[in-house]
Amino acid sequence: MSVAVAVDDGVGHEARPSASEAGPATKRIVVSYGFWIFLLSDIVMFSAFFAAYAVLAQATAGGPSGVQLFHQRSVAIETGCLLASSYSCGLMSLAIGSRRYGITYLDALVTFVLGAAFLVLELREFAGMIAVGAGPQRSAFLSAFFTLVGCHGLHVTAGLVWLVVMMAQVAIKGFRPTVERRLLCFSLFWHALDIVWVWLFTVVYLMGVRS
Amino acid sequence: MSLLGKLDWSAIPFDQPIIMGASGGMILAVVSVLSWVTLKGYVPYLWREWITSVDHKRIGIMYTVLALVMLLRGFSDAILMRTQQAVAAGGSQGYLPPEHFDQIFSAHGTIMIFFMAMPFVIGMMNFVVPLQLGVRDMAFPTLNSVALGLTASGILLTNISLAVGEFSKAGWVAYPPLSGLQFSPGVGVDYYLWALQISGVGTLMTGINFVTTILKTRAPGMSYMRMPVFCWTSLAANLLIVAAFPVLTATFAMLLLDRYLGFHFFTIGGQGNPMMYVNLFWIWGHPEVYILVLPAFGIFSEVVSTFSGKPLFGYRSMVAATMAICVLSFVVWLHHFFTMGASANVNGFFGVMTMVIAVPTGVKVFNWLFTLYGGRIRFTVPILWSIGFMVTFVIGGMTGVLMAVPPADFQLHNSLFLIAHFHNVIIGGTVFGVMAGYNYWFPKAFGFQLDERWGKISFWCWLIGFYIAFMPLYGLGLMGMTRRMQHYDVASWQPWLVVAACGVAVILAGIVSQIIQLVVSIRNREHLKVTADPWDGRTLEWATASPPPAWNFAVLPQVTDVDAFWKKKQRERVQAQPASERKFEPIEVPKNSATGFVTAFFAVITGFALIWHIWWMAGVGAIGIFVTVLAFAFRDEEEIEIPAEQVARFEREHEAEIAV
Repeated sequence: MSVAVAVDDGVGHEARPSASEAGPATKRIVVSYGFWIFLLSDIVMFSAFFAAYAVLAQATAGGPSGVQLFHQRSVAIETGCLLASSYSCGLMSLAIGSRRYGITYLDALVTFVLGAAFLVLELREFAGMIAVGAGPQRSAFLSAFFTLVGCHGLHVTAGLVWLVVMMAQVAIKGFRPTVERRLLCFSLFWHALDIVWVWLFTVVYLMGVRS
Repeated sequence: MSLLGKLDWSAIPFDQPIIMGASGGMILAVVSVLSWVTLKGYVPYLWREWITSVDHKRIGIMYTVLALVMLLRGFSDAILMRTQQAVAAGGSQGYLPPEHFDQIFSAHGTIMIFFMAMPFVIGMMNFVVPLQLGVRDMAFPTLNSVALGLTASGILLTNISLAVGEFSKAGWVAYPPLSGLQFSPGVGVDYYLWALQISGVGTLMTGINFVTTILKTRAPGMSYMRMPVFCWTSLAANLLIVAAFPVLTATFAMLLLDRYLGFHFFTIGGQGNPMMYVNLFWIWGHPEVYILVLPAFGIFSEVVSTFSGKPLFGYRSMVAATMAICVLSFVVWLHHFFTMGASANVNGFFGVMTMVIAVPTGVKVFNWLFTLYGGRIRFTVPILWSIGFMVTFVIGGMTGVLMAVPPADFQLHNSLFLIAHFHNVIIGGTVFGVMAGYNYWFPKAFGFQLDERWGKISFWCWLIGFYIAFMPLYGLGLMGMTRRMQHYDVASWQPWLVVAACGVAVILAGIVSQIIQLVVSIRNREHLKVTADPWDGRTLEWATASPPPAWNFAVLPQVTDVDAFWKKKQRERVQAQPASERKFEPIEVPKNSATGFVTAFFAVITGFALIWHIWWMAGVGAIGIFVTVLAFAFRDEEEIEIPAEQVARFEREHEAEIAV
């Protein structure tokens, strides 16, 4: 990425009229900024699924509704896992900042386990619903539910794969700038999934059992 | 369950002479181009310098080539439709059976929007934006190459559908329930959906890349209000891509789930809601028309200002108008279906917003006119396209405002009036824009100019042909003719449709002239050779050699004004500086990468497998993509260094022509 040529650092800050005239930003800024834009686009995609869910939430076609299907206890544990994994992901970022391999691996492991636990609980919920004949083919409401929640689940799965790849990169390549930038993007991604989940929890599960 | 899913010999339409002829011709053309390239020994060169290149200029040129090829494909569909409708009146059924005609209009729309206009616009932005920003590449060069590859994958899948299976018969918008499994059980809609999903991911990557490039990597001193207008309109278009394309991806994902797994988003059964698709589609679709036209507005701004020899009139109002359109484009989607049955207040809101969005567009038109006013205009090919645009686009805009009135729209909805309107703005806006840009930046890309005479012939054929082809459609719409008719019984429509077909013949002459223009120019390239600044330009792309070196600028320019290059030329005229001995430093450029090509290869495999339900092959393709990305992530070298000596040598050789 050749554009990230450092602007002459000899020029003092007072010589620069404004940040927008400072010339190309550093690679770290460019990469994380680009990733922010990606996350925004991803959230726009979720918003389309949210909209579809909102439109179809009452379209149960005579089938079961959210009140009958959702188990709040299981969802609460799921939420706890995901939020805690965000915390351990934050600890991992600190460990990376201070270049500590051992703690980085440990935090990554905790994050992975919590994320995987979240997924297992979610899949159990899905399997239970399908077993009682409340699969996505049953009604428009269930189609929208499985798609919205499943899309978030796919993101978590992708995040777990990414985390494994990143740990392999740390092990093989060490904390070089490319790897650090990718880890930064990973942590942005993981936190963004939490934000989506908070919305999902509210719109699907909390509002869903209110009948 | 067969190993090849739904695919067998019946997929190839042996009984359809027109389709077999067309696909035979296409395969022959591809095979002969490939064998010519191989026999001439160009493969290593193409692989090294183009296919694996991550240089934004090369990628931009490849996008443009794709767009030009697909223009021919989409235009041949147009010829088929116009000739069919010219003859299929009363007792005659014409020469195209309904199921073939339906595929043709669906393919025409899909190709022209997604695979002609989009790659053309993205190609222009790719080539020009980093040069205008005064930097050396895009923010993410390899991502750029992957985006190109995915666009090409979508194009390839669409063209495969011609020979293997069928294309969608559900129109380019693919509304359910028609596009659902119940009424479209064939693979046509699947071709449409997977081709657009794959290329849509590529477009999203492009959007992210450009937003980051424009906002985070500009030459020192280039504040926002010193950016060329083309960069501004590109920024707006790419913000729209980032905000709108994910909605399309989600919508198509829902339709795919309906078709593949029996979900009930848009089905009649299971309480699905087909109108939700229409809403979601146009929440993407209306911003999409501005994604196409805003960069064209930028091109006109550059061209008008350059060939009038004046700074753009009302630069700030142009920027404000661009950003106003960017925002407003998200609150007008419902005007595509006032007939849905929303309440009068809802329709009224969207009608008024549609009229409001015409205001910033009007601001732009006046800005261009005032830029021309009092200027010393050089009537070159690019400015002809721009003036042709101003007249044509205003007519198209006015008919659009007519249809923004809901009661009027109830009459005009889905009639040929609508067809005339949107061709009027898309051809008159986007196509004229990219043609202006193609003629304007060609000398920068290749170091020689395009032939003026053939360029002018082509322009006049296009302009006149456009009016002959589309003005009758306004009349036909008012006479009650609806769109997508394979056959009709009203005899009084026929003369108008014959006139429209003649118009298409004139446009064809325009396209042929463009091909001749290209051939003649390549043959006379020594004679048409240009320096860095053939048009007396105003922005930074004219400050470096034609064609620019891989690193664009030996030293990043220091920007102090809008029209950075123009101001610099003026300063130098006043105070002739002695050519100072400059010191060059080594420059890092991104390393070539096959990632884009390999990803595209596996994307085609995955897409084709999913269309034909060949699950094992889809798995192979998906794993292929994952491994490719992994290999990219683990590569060690990302950049190569160009030694200072090489930079200095290039600069010495081009000293006479480089001004920075």
